[in-house]
Amino acid sequence: MTDATLGAAGPRATLTAADARLKKRHAAERRFKAQGVAAIVVALVFLVVLVGRIVAQGYTTFETHTLSLPVYLNPERIDTSDLSGVNYDYIVSEAVMKKLGVQDDDFGTVSTKVQDLVSRDFGFQLLNKIKADKSLIGKTITVTGPLKADADLYFKGDIKRSTAEGDRKLDNQQLDWLDKLKKDGAISSGFNLAFFTNSDSTEPEQAGVLGAVVGSAMMLFITALIAVPVGVLAATYLEEFAPKNRWTDIIEVNINNLAAVPSIVYGLLGLALFINWLHVPRSSPLVGGLVLALMALPTVIIATRSALKAVPPSIREAALGVGASKTQTVFHHVLPLAMPGVMTGAILSLAHALGETAPLLMIGMVSFVPGVPEGFTGAATVLPVQVFIWENASERAFHERTAAAIIVLLAFMIVMNAAAVILRRRFERRW
Amino acid sequence: MLTWLSLIVLALFSGAAFLAGRRRAVAAAEGRARVLHSLPDYYGAYAALWAGVPAALLLLLGAMFGGRVEDAMLQANRPAVVQALEPDRQTVFFSDAQAIAAKASPSEVVYEGELKTALDAKVAEARRLQTLRTFGMLAAAGVLALAGFLVAIPRINAEFRARNRVEGWIGVLLIACSVAAVLTTLGIVLSLVWESWRFFHSVNPLAFLFGTEWSPQIAMRADQVASSGAFGAVPLFAGTFLIMFIAMLVAAPVGLYSAIYLSEYASRPVRGLVKPLLEILAGVPTVVYGFFAALTVGPLFRAGFNALGAALPPGPVATYLMEVQNQMALVAGVVMGIMLIPFVSSLSDDIINAVPQSLRDGSYAMGATKSETVKKVVLPAALPGIMAAMLLAVSRAVGETMIVTMAAGLQAKLTANPLDTVTTVTVQIVTLLTGDQEFDSPKTLSAFGLGLTLFVVTLTLNIIALRIVQKYREQYD
Repeated sequence: MTDATLGAAGPRATLTAADARLKKRHAAERRFKAQGVAAIVVALVFLVVLVGRIVAQGYTTFETHTLSLPVYLNPERIDTSDLSGVNYDYIVSEAVMKKLGVQDDDFGTVSTKVQDLVSRDFGFQLLNKIKADKSLIGKTITVTGPLKADADLYFKGDIKRSTAEGDRKLDNQQLDWLDKLKKDGAISSGFNLAFFTNSDSTEPEQAGVLGAVVGSAMMLFITALIAVPVGVLAATYLEEFAPKNRWTDIIEVNINNLAAVPSIVYGLLGLALFINWLHVPRSSPLVGGLVLALMALPTVIIATRSALKAVPPSIREAALGVGASKTQTVFHHVLPLAMPGVMTGAILSLAHALGETAPLLMIGMVSFVPGVPEGFTGAATVLPVQVFIWENASERAFHERTAAAIIVLLAFMIVMNAAAVILRRRFERRW
Repeated sequence: MLTWLSLIVLALFSGAAFLAGRRRAVAAAEGRARVLHSLPDYYGAYAALWAGVPAALLLLLGAMFGGRVEDAMLQANRPAVVQALEPDRQTVFFSDAQAIAAKASPSEVVYEGELKTALDAKVAEARRLQTLRTFGMLAAAGVLALAGFLVAIPRINAEFRARNRVEGWIGVLLIACSVAAVLTTLGIVLSLVWESWRFFHSVNPLAFLFGTEWSPQIAMRADQVASSGAFGAVPLFAGTFLIMFIAMLVAAPVGLYSAIYLSEYASRPVRGLVKPLLEILAGVPTVVYGFFAALTVGPLFRAGFNALGAALPPGPVATYLMEVQNQMALVAGVVMGIMLIPFVSSLSDDIINAVPQSLRDGSYAMGATKSETVKKVVLPAALPGIMAAMLLAVSRAVGETMIVTMAAGLQAKLTANPLDTVTTVTVQIVTLLTGDQEFDSPKTLSAFGLGLTLFVVTLTLNIIALRIVQKYREQYD
C-alpha cells in the first residue's frame, strides 16, 4: 500500500513541480523575447528621432521671407564716377525708413537698426542695376530681396517676443517695424530658391548649397572614374585569373584589412602622398576624389568579387567549350552577367564616399569657398564638409541651414541607394 | 592643358594604328579571314596598344613628376648671393623665378642689386627649362608612339598570334590594378612611418606613448621646440577608450538583441521591414550624427543633468551636475553607440544565421524553449563570430572621427568620468592638420604619430577579428 501511495503521489509531485518550472521557463522565454523587441524599438526610435530632429530643424530653411521695396536712387548719394564705392546699404535703409515713416537721428542709430533687418543683397542688386542702366539714377525702382536672417527667424517663430529683450538679436522696436512691414504687405513668404542657387556666404540669408553640390558632384566623378574601373579589373583578376598562391593570399588579406582602415588615415595618406609629394592642389575636387577613390577601392573590389562568384561555372564552361579563350570568356560572358551586382556595389560605395567628411578635412577642403568650383584643380567644398563648416558657425540661422544641407545630402544618398536597389531588383538574376 | 591635348592627339593616332593594323591583317589574309590566327580586330588592337600605351604612360609620368625634376634642375646650382639667404627665402626666390618665367603672379618680395641679376638669370634658365620640358616631353611621346607603331605593324601577318599578345596586355593591366590595392597599403604605411619617424626625431617615442601630458601648442613657438612633456598621448588614448567603451555599452546589447530577435523570432514581414530601416541608420553619414550629437543630444543631456543637480540636495555632486557642459564624453559615446547599432546587428545577424539549423533542431527535440536554445546552443556556437563582430565595432569606434570632432571636446584630460570633456586621437589629428601647416614643426608631425598608432591598433583589431571569423567558419562548413 505504501508503495502505491508513494507511486500515486510521486508523479503528481513531479508534475506540479514541472508545472512551476515550466511556468518559470515560459516567463523567461517571454522576458527574452521582450528584450529583443525592446532592442529593435530602441534602434528604430533612435532612427525616428535622428531623422525627425533634422527635418524639424531644417525644413524652415525652404521657406523664406522677401521684402519688396520701392527705392529712390538719390542722385546726391550716388557718385557716378565711383559706382562701386557708393554706400548702397544706406540708400536701402533710407528706403525702408521712408516706408516705415521714421526719421534717422544724428547718430545714425535708426538706420543701423534698420540695416539689421534687410539683407545686404539689396545693395548688390542696386549696384548691378545701376551699372547696367545709369539712367535709373534719380528714379524710384522696386527691388525685391531677402530679409536678414534674424528677421526671417522672427517670422518663422524662432525669435519670440516673449523672450526677454536683452536675450534676443532684435529689440522691440525692430520687431514692431517688421510687423508694420508685414501688415503693409511689403513682406511675402515663398519657397527659398536662393538656397539652391547660391553658394556659401558669410551672411546666412545668402548662403546656399549650390557650390557644395557641384563640388561633391565633381569629386564623385573623379572617384568613380578611378575606383570603379580599377576596382572591377582588380576583382576580375583576383576572382578569375589569379593563381592561388602566397602572393594572391597577401593581396586578399590586404584588401579585407584596407576596407576597415579608419577613413581619417586615408586623409593622412592623401596629405602626405598627393599634396606634399605629388603637389596636387589643396582643397581641389581632384585631390578629394583621389583620396576617396583609394578609400572606395576595397569596397568596390569586395562587391565585384561577390558578384563574379554568383555567376555559375556552367556559363564559363559553355563559353570555353565553344572555343573562347579565358579572357574572352570573362570579358564577353562572365563580367556582363555580373554587371548588375557590380554596379550596385559601385553605387553603394560611391554613396558612402559622398557622405565621407573626415579625410577631406585633412586635405584642406574645410575652407570658405564663396562660389562654384572653377575646375578640378580649383578650390572647392563638398556637401558633408559644408555641413561641418556651418555647424561650427555661431549664428543661429546657420544651424537651420546646416539641417537643410543635411536634408539635401540625405536626399542624394537616398536617390543613390534607391538606384542601387532598383538595379538589383530589375537586373539581378537568380541562377 | 597641353597634356590633355596631347593625350587626345595620341588617342586619335592610336585609333589610326588600329585601322592600319586591321587593314594589314585583312590584306595579309588576301580576303580569306579563316587563314588568320586571330580575329582581325585583335591585330588592330595590337597595333593600337603599341602605338598608344607607352607614349601615354610617358605623358602621365611627365605630368606627375616633370615639375619636380624641373625644380631640382633649376635649384641645382645656386648663386652665392642666393645661398646667403635663409632657407625659406631661398624657396621663395626660386618659386618667384618660376612664376615670372611662367607669367604667373610672383610674391611681393622686392629683389635688388645682385639678387635682381641672379633672379633674371634664373628666370631665363627657368624659361629654358620649361620649354625644354614641354617640348622634350612632347617629342619623346611622339617618338615613342611612332616607334611603337613601327614595331607593331611589320609583325602583323596571317600566322601572327595577335589575340594572345593582346590578352597578354590585358593580363598586365589586370595585375596592375590589383597591385594598386597593395600599393595603397604600402602608401599608407610608408607615409605614416616616414612622417612619424621625423616626429620621433624630436620627440622620444616612449615619452609619446607613455607621457601623460598633451599640449602640442607649446611647440608652435620657435624658442620652445618640443618640450618632451607636451606630446604625451596617454590622455588621448584614455579619452578614445572612454568614448569607445560608452559606445559599446550602447551598441553591443542593442545590436546583439536586435540581431537575435531578427534571426530567431521575427516573422518574414517584420524582418523585411526592420532590416532596411536599420540599413538606413547605417547609411547616414557620420557628419549627420555629429550634428545630431552637438545640437540635440548634447543640450538635452546637459539640461537633464543640470535639472538633476538642481533637484538633488545641495552638495559637491549637485554643484558638479549643475555645471556639466554640452561637450561631455557621454554624448559622443552614446551617439557613436547609435551609429554602431546597425553595424553590430548586421554582423551578428550573419553569424547567428550561419549556425546550422541542425543544432537548433537538436535542442528543440530535447524540449528546450526558444530562448534556452538561443542562450545555451546558438550563442555559444556563434560566440567567436560575435566576439569578432564586437572587435570590428571597437575598431570602428576607435577610428570614428566626425562625431567626436563635433561633440567631444579639445581638452586632453586623463579621466574616467563620462560627464567630463575628453578628447580623442582622431579629434587631435583633425585639429592639428586643419588649416595651414608647417611640415617642419613637431606639432604637425605629431598628427602622423597619432595616425600611425591609430592605424596599428585598428589593423591589429581587424586582423584578430578576421582570424577568429575564418577559424570559426571552418568548423561548420
